[in-house]
Amino acid sequence: MHRSPALLAAMFVGFAFLYAPIALLMVYSFNASREVSVWGGFSTKWYGELLQNQAYLDAAWLSLKIAATSATGALVLGTLAALVLVRYGRFRGRMVFNGLITAPLVMPEIILGLAMLLLFVALEDLTGWPDGRGFTTIAIVHTTVGMAYATVVIRSRLAQMDESLEEAAMDLGARPVKVFFLITIPVIAPSLAAAWLLAFTLSLDDVVATQFVSGPGSTTLPIEVFSSVRLGVSPQVNALGTIIVVAVAVVIGLVWRLSAGKRR
Amino acid sequence: MSLAVRPEREIRPPAIQIRGVEKRFGDATAVDGIDLDIQEGEFFSLLGPSGCGKTTLLRMMAGFEMPTAGAVLIAGADMTAVPPYERPVNMMFQSYALFPHMNVADNVAFGLRQDGVAKSEIAGRVAEALDLVQMGDFAKRKPHQMSGGQRQRVALARCLVKRPKVVLLDEPLSALDKKLREKTQFELVNIQEKVGITFVMVTHDQEEAMTMSTRIAVMNAGRILQVGRPHEIYEYPTSRMVADFIGIANFFTGTVESSAGGVVTFRAQGIDAPLTVAGDLAPGSAAAVMVRPEKIQMGREAAIGVDNSVSGVVKEIAYLGDVSIYHVRLDSGLVVLVTNANLRHAAEPAVTWEDRVHLSWHSGNAVVLP
Repeated sequence: MHRSPALLAAMFVGFAFLYAPIALLMVYSFNASREVSVWGGFSTKWYGELLQNQAYLDAAWLSLKIAATSATGALVLGTLAALVLVRYGRFRGRMVFNGLITAPLVMPEIILGLAMLLLFVALEDLTGWPDGRGFTTIAIVHTTVGMAYATVVIRSRLAQMDESLEEAAMDLGARPVKVFFLITIPVIAPSLAAAWLLAFTLSLDDVVATQFVSGPGSTTLPIEVFSSVRLGVSPQVNALGTIIVVAVAVVIGLVWRLSAGKRR
Repeated sequence: MSLAVRPEREIRPPAIQIRGVEKRFGDATAVDGIDLDIQEGEFFSLLGPSGCGKTTLLRMMAGFEMPTAGAVLIAGADMTAVPPYERPVNMMFQSYALFPHMNVADNVAFGLRQDGVAKSEIAGRVAEALDLVQMGDFAKRKPHQMSGGQRQRVALARCLVKRPKVVLLDEPLSALDKKLREKTQFELVNIQEKVGITFVMVTHDQEEAMTMSTRIAVMNAGRILQVGRPHEIYEYPTSRMVADFIGIANFFTGTVESSAGGVVTFRAQGIDAPLTVAGDLAPGSAAAVMVRPEKIQMGREAAIGVDNSVSGVVKEIAYLGDVSIYHVRLDSGLVVLVTNANLRHAAEPAVTWEDRVHLSWHSGNAVVLP
């Protein structure tokens, strides 16, 4: 195709729209001035302060734990749900099941959060569990949301998978459980990784539903950032944002290298 | 049409016995009461149009489908309720179904590992199987690094390495292009003869079935229409459907006038003189006489001393190089197909459009079908 200057310009405007704010955030994280919009020379002091900020560190650690737990839970449940939807053919209530599994994708999070809160309060009154709100309740809510996404991702890969691969394994003497672990799991592994990462990411930056089910002493990173920004933007947030962007870029780059290398 | 005549085999106990097998999916009947014996060492083909139930029958032999009624016996043992992973048969899938995350050697070794074969033995047997299909140099390749023909060989090796009683092949050559397919047909037959394992193949390609098989079962609508060796199916079909499905056939419909001494006199619609044909049918019954196009002689003059003779005008000629197909319209409007081998090197055909020709055939070269 002919590369006209207008087309190039459009591309730059597009990329600028997407990435200029992030670039700006990264630049200002090295700003020596406390004023967010005034450049006061290069400095890495905000990174130092960030690493001294125990509230941020605690929140980040909690967020990572919740994200890893809920992503793993979502992966297991999502795989099972996808298997039922793709492999069990038609059964009574399949449509209802499908609808219920994917409902969290379209349901407003504020409703999900509120509903979960009511459930947890009622459960606690009845059984004494969960004991207050915190890690467990947040992880359960994130698993619910993550499972919906994981199901969709894994289901599409399962549907594409040549079923005769599983039949061939069975024909060669492998029992169904062995077929699942030796053939099905490795073949759909990329979608499992994608589903886990997706659930992990969703959990990591969820605010709305988390607000409802978090308790005292269980503040996740996005909630911590959100509340600190309300008191005025500290350049520490810029530093935090930069670290996250770089971490995400490195992970994506690694995944891309790995999958490209595999194909070669 | 290639008609490879294969040596006859001694009769041994059946490798597969199908006893009154039916298979219904809801209201639809895929297999409608089939009885069939496949002998040990045979290269047996299930031939039929798509949806005739041939693949379902094959999958019931493999254990992927349970018959609604009837029994499947393998080497004399009832296997009807035995799951696929415990049957002494291996299947080669239409898509080959090579495991994409394993290399060729691991693919072939998979079945042996499931059986708990000793590691030291596995390496030798895998190498042996790969050598048999001339893929010994490809052991470390992944499936996506190979051509369709190479994958097909690996899939075959993966079946053979377990030394099954029967190898089931589901349209094994349909993914290959025409030239490679013809070459592979003979290779597959040679390998089968070398290992001596019973092969059961599903195909919709009649040439493939004729070339490769010792026997063929022609199927339609869940039933077997005829079982026989390739030339029996072609020369002596027992029904109009088989005659029509295998090769090209001219049908003359009409009624049987008389029947004596194995010869039927037949009154065909659109032909004045009665036809004679070898066969035995009750006088007065409605039937059809079938003549293959290559069994008909064509000439400008009426042939002398033949049983059946009609005349007509050449309306169409399909020149195929080795043979030509003539469409001859009889005076009654009936169109008869005649194939003539182009034996002489000539620029001009001896018979051309609008020529009046006489067609004749011997009564032994036609079949009367009810």
